[in-house]
Amino acid sequence: MLDNNQLLRFTTAGSVDDGKSTLIGRLLYDSKSIFEDQLQAIENTSKKKGLENVDLALFTDGLRDEREQGITIDVAYRYFTTPKRKFIIADTPGHIQYTRNMVTGASTANVATILIDARHGVIEQTKRHAFIASLLNIPHIIVCINKMDLVDFSEEVYNKIVREFEEIASKLLVTDVRFIPMSALNGDNVVNRSTNMPWYQGAPMLHTLETMHIGSDINKVDARFPVQTVLRPQREGYIDYRGYAGRVASGIFRKGDAVTIMPSGFTSKIKGINLEDKELDEAYAPMSVSITLEDDIDISRGDMIVRSNNKPEASQDIEVMLCWLNNSPAKPRAKYSIRHTSNEQTAMIKEVVYKYDINTLDRITGDTELKMNDISKVKIRTTKPLMVDSYRENRTTGSIILVDDATNETVAAGMIV
Amino acid sequence: MSKYYLNYLDELESEAIFILREVWAQFQNPVILFSGGKDSILVAHLAKKAFYPAKIPFPLMHVDTGHNFPETIKFRDDILKELGVNLIVGSVQESINDGRVAEEKGKNATRNALQITTLLDAIEANKVDCAIGGGRRDEEKARAKERFFSHRDDFGQWDPKNQRPELWNIFNGKHFQGEHFRAFPISNWTEMDVWNYIKRENIAIPSLYFAHEREVVWRQDSWIPNSEFLVLEDHEEIVTKKIRFRTLGDITITGGIESDADTLEKIAEEVSGMRQTERGNRTDDKRSESAMEDRKRQGYF
Repeated sequence: MLDNNQLLRFTTAGSVDDGKSTLIGRLLYDSKSIFEDQLQAIENTSKKKGLENVDLALFTDGLRDEREQGITIDVAYRYFTTPKRKFIIADTPGHIQYTRNMVTGASTANVATILIDARHGVIEQTKRHAFIASLLNIPHIIVCINKMDLVDFSEEVYNKIVREFEEIASKLLVTDVRFIPMSALNGDNVVNRSTNMPWYQGAPMLHTLETMHIGSDINKVDARFPVQTVLRPQREGYIDYRGYAGRVASGIFRKGDAVTIMPSGFTSKIKGINLEDKELDEAYAPMSVSITLEDDIDISRGDMIVRSNNKPEASQDIEVMLCWLNNSPAKPRAKYSIRHTSNEQTAMIKEVVYKYDINTLDRITGDTELKMNDISKVKIRTTKPLMVDSYRENRTTGSIILVDDATNETVAAGMIV
Repeated sequence: MSKYYLNYLDELESEAIFILREVWAQFQNPVILFSGGKDSILVAHLAKKAFYPAKIPFPLMHVDTGHNFPETIKFRDDILKELGVNLIVGSVQESINDGRVAEEKGKNATRNALQITTLLDAIEANKVDCAIGGGRRDEEKARAKERFFSHRDDFGQWDPKNQRPELWNIFNGKHFQGEHFRAFPISNWTEMDVWNYIKRENIAIPSLYFAHEREVVWRQDSWIPNSEFLVLEDHEEIVTKKIRFRTLGDITITGGIESDADTLEKIAEEVSGMRQTERGNRTDDKRSESAMEDRKRQGYF
């Protein structure tokens, strides 16, 4: 039984042509995560299409339109487990118009896998994927240099691509990058070690995913507890009970800790931490618990409990790297609802500082229109203070979304600078 | 020195509790869709944890096809008593009596698709703005595309190509009058995770999941239970087998597998060695490659 096994979430970026679907299919197939009836279904489809071998890429097709058009439209989630870890794959489309899906898939990932076709090396799309992984602060990147079989498993080709990628990476904020030469089609270095590339000393992809250290991916320093809702049982034994329900965003809370409630500034001490009827001595991210305090204080959804000696910044003016996700462009000085942890306020985009040219990664000034898939640095003013940390420090208390009240749609995602 | 990371089951539990609390905070009138199957039992169990020591602050809703396993109904009524929550029943039989839907005809007729109308009628009649379901992304390829918070238009329909992006753990449940949401707190669980968790928490589940002797007939590659609704074909024969069910649904379409697994430990072990998906025994999903997607678009669970 996998009692202490961790959950690792990774995202795959690449276009159909890079062999992304084949890689996922291979990973699932060789780790024996594909069931017989699923395999039967794709064998039938492969035959219908007149293919000689089973096309593992078919395994990731979901919606009818995707099967018909042979493309991935939306993020799909896949699951597999090995004796070492449970994995969640966010399979995101790699086409240029689908930046929003990549951002979505990347937002919760520990690891970004970026596919490169060994014949083509680093292309604009690779830059875009690396940029988004860096922007979303994904802690680890695995660069899969695929289709090595088509370049005679050449170490030279591999080294050249590694150098090209390192040049991009040097301009981005990425810390942990690993390179794996592979052939997803034939299974080289995906689950099983390749015998075709004896010059490669590293581990195959699955082993890398199984063993990489992810325990430090979550911020354990800054104790933040956004209150989701207040539990008031109103029943015998619990007449005066007020439990603050939420999920620890970061850091560690212990019984007896001196805490401050933001934004009110009231202080108290933690009386108890509970998960159902279990009393806990401490709670850390990402645990869902309820917290009781020594003092009777007015606390509601949107407030944040923090340790008194380490508080986030309370601010109405925030600078954000904003990714526009909606077909309708941002309206100048229009108001949006802003969501930050459990807090909701009204916000206005006051200024577009610059926009990124997503292909060259150059900053463009003077163009203030925010269209679908645009990534830009903006200044936002909110009606009341938000309790923020920088996204680099804290992915939970450093992220926001904007909602258009006219359509109720989520129109933008932002990372607080 | 403790380790400051969660194991995968604790992380899934924590995520599901977070989703359930978000639903409660963002909606006026949520319900848990409860079929009596293991996934909806799990959701109810997680909801109990999420709001403890308060009771689950919303009712359960059962869409009753009228073709039930008697064991499921008994189990449902017991769990209601234990949790102290109310039940809303949407009855497919009533929808038929009222002329809202017509029974399917032919030899593979089921009431599966009819549930859509009953479900949407019950959602509308009870002004439900969020129906919490036990759907999991690993179950089926259309479900792999589901959001945690999944929007339904005022016809109850799902538009998979036009879903709201869902980032980090920020969920947007805003909607207009007449629209509603489906929420899936156990989206990221697999069948194996569900069994490992049920075993760990020792959660009570209907006896149908454990191996037992039952009268069955071999149809579409699985053992369909004998019931008053079963119409035998000429070549078919009722036999008694030791079977158990991997999923529970309408008695007319839920196939069992031959098994000796009569404890949670044995079930978990059996499931870990399974080479067929659990929905492989559901004739409702075998109708076409996009059977689930088509039903989901119309408003299915």
